[in-house]
Amino acid sequence: MNHALRGKAACVGVALTGMGEAPGRSAIDLMANAVLDALEDAGIPLADVDGVFAANAVHAMASMSLSEHLGIVPVISDNSNIGGSSFMQHALLAATALEAGLINVAVIAYGSTQRSAGGFRAVSEPLPYETQFKPRNPITSYALAASHYLDRFGVTREQMAQVPVAARAWANLNPQAFMYDKGPLTIEDVVAARMISDPLGKLDCCLVTDGGAAIVMTRADRAKDTRHSPVHLLGAGVAHNHRMISAMPDFAVTSAAISGARAYEMAGLTAADMDSVQLYDAFSINTLLFLEDLGFCEKGEAVRFIANGHIAPGGGLPVNTNGGGLSCVHPGMYGLFVMIEAISQIRATLDGAPQPRDEGGWVPDTKIALAHGNGGVLSAQVTTIWCAPETV
Amino acid sequence: MTELGPEAQYRAFLAEGRFMIQKSRGSGAYVFYPRVAEPVTGARDLEWVAPSGAGTVYATTINRQRPEKGGDYNIAMIELEEGPRIMSKVTGMAPEEVKVGLRVAAYVGELDGAPAVLFQKAEDAA
Repeated sequence: MNHALRGKAACVGVALTGMGEAPGRSAIDLMANAVLDALEDAGIPLADVDGVFAANAVHAMASMSLSEHLGIVPVISDNSNIGGSSFMQHALLAATALEAGLINVAVIAYGSTQRSAGGFRAVSEPLPYETQFKPRNPITSYALAASHYLDRFGVTREQMAQVPVAARAWANLNPQAFMYDKGPLTIEDVVAARMISDPLGKLDCCLVTDGGAAIVMTRADRAKDTRHSPVHLLGAGVAHNHRMISAMPDFAVTSAAISGARAYEMAGLTAADMDSVQLYDAFSINTLLFLEDLGFCEKGEAVRFIANGHIAPGGGLPVNTNGGGLSCVHPGMYGLFVMIEAISQIRATLDGAPQPRDEGGWVPDTKIALAHGNGGVLSAQVTTIWCAPETV
Repeated sequence: MTELGPEAQYRAFLAEGRFMIQKSRGSGAYVFYPRVAEPVTGARDLEWVAPSGAGTVYATTINRQRPEKGGDYNIAMIELEEGPRIMSKVTGMAPEEVKVGLRVAAYVGELDGAPAVLFQKAEDAA
């Protein structure tokens, strides 16, 4: 039996703005511009927007600030913040509100100028049982998880380095990626990079960039009249077990195992059905954990799964095809960019390349794509599955 | 006298030099960090108990820092013999020597003037 929300809502507009560096602009500038660009992309007037979803690290009430800036009086205004995966949950909430008939046009937006503003800006309050030991979060928590994972499965830093190497190879095909023209990476480059928090070196860590993004979602019936082919939300699942890394039940298994199962169930699909896989790679360890937890390979097997360029351009499974948080863009909360890459790969199949990419950057025949978000310290996991209309 | 909440009570014990964790009377399961109820069951039957202090390094990292800023330091995740995990650091050895699986023992020491649960190599504790 089909889930009530399966395929009922669709993304009909997307926008990226201020990718990399956006000096002289603010987070609200980027969010508002991204929303207007995404509406233009959809062919829907601003006045039709009645659902506003937004989160970032600078606006405590982002959907209120964004609505004020654009003069929207929303029916649903939501800032729910579970870190970088907030936007995947926004998509699920938007689909719910659309299907219930509460709203007709939802926008989901993000903007950050952390790079131009001087560096990474944590969204976290001090954690009461951890702050005393001076973790430099989020990296300390990811490093702890990585140390446990490497020890438990006998994985080396060299093997894990395949992740940033593959991400860079994708970025080298994407002119919008921050590292597009910075050349390829080798395993040796990654391992030799300055150590930040063992076992994570500088090239195991995501970029610190600026960037804004937005998508527009409507019910599938309305999506027939929009400018581009709609990309349907086929399934979505949310799960989290912990806020502090010390409360993570098993450092080698994330809640993506749960969020993924929920999303697959709603979609009626499995990992084997995915043509393209976008995973929130804040750190190299993320990609390994998520490939396993989302069912692409067995636990502890990810480095063997990705060997010989399996997730790199030309490999068997296209993963993080924009270059990822490691080599494309990472303005602090990267989830919306992950989702837009999944949607864009499908749109490239349906409508032709939405943006210029070098040969191979758009993966032919992508019709079903997974976009997985991660928030906090391997905490909030949200899996979304998007598809071409014919799959619904 | 006002009854303290779990976090305040934990810190009050710590100020007395005692490391205390919680245990559910019903399930017998140990709980750390201190909470108002046992997670999952919601049972508000937690009592304070002294853990054995024995634990194992479950995960470890070295926060790399320039010497003029204080140099590299260890942050470790310790799995207590009773089950729960606690963030701390292993003292008395170089951060590079702290390995996953190392047997450690808790003691109440001081970090930046505040009492802290710290760990040292188990064989050094005896």
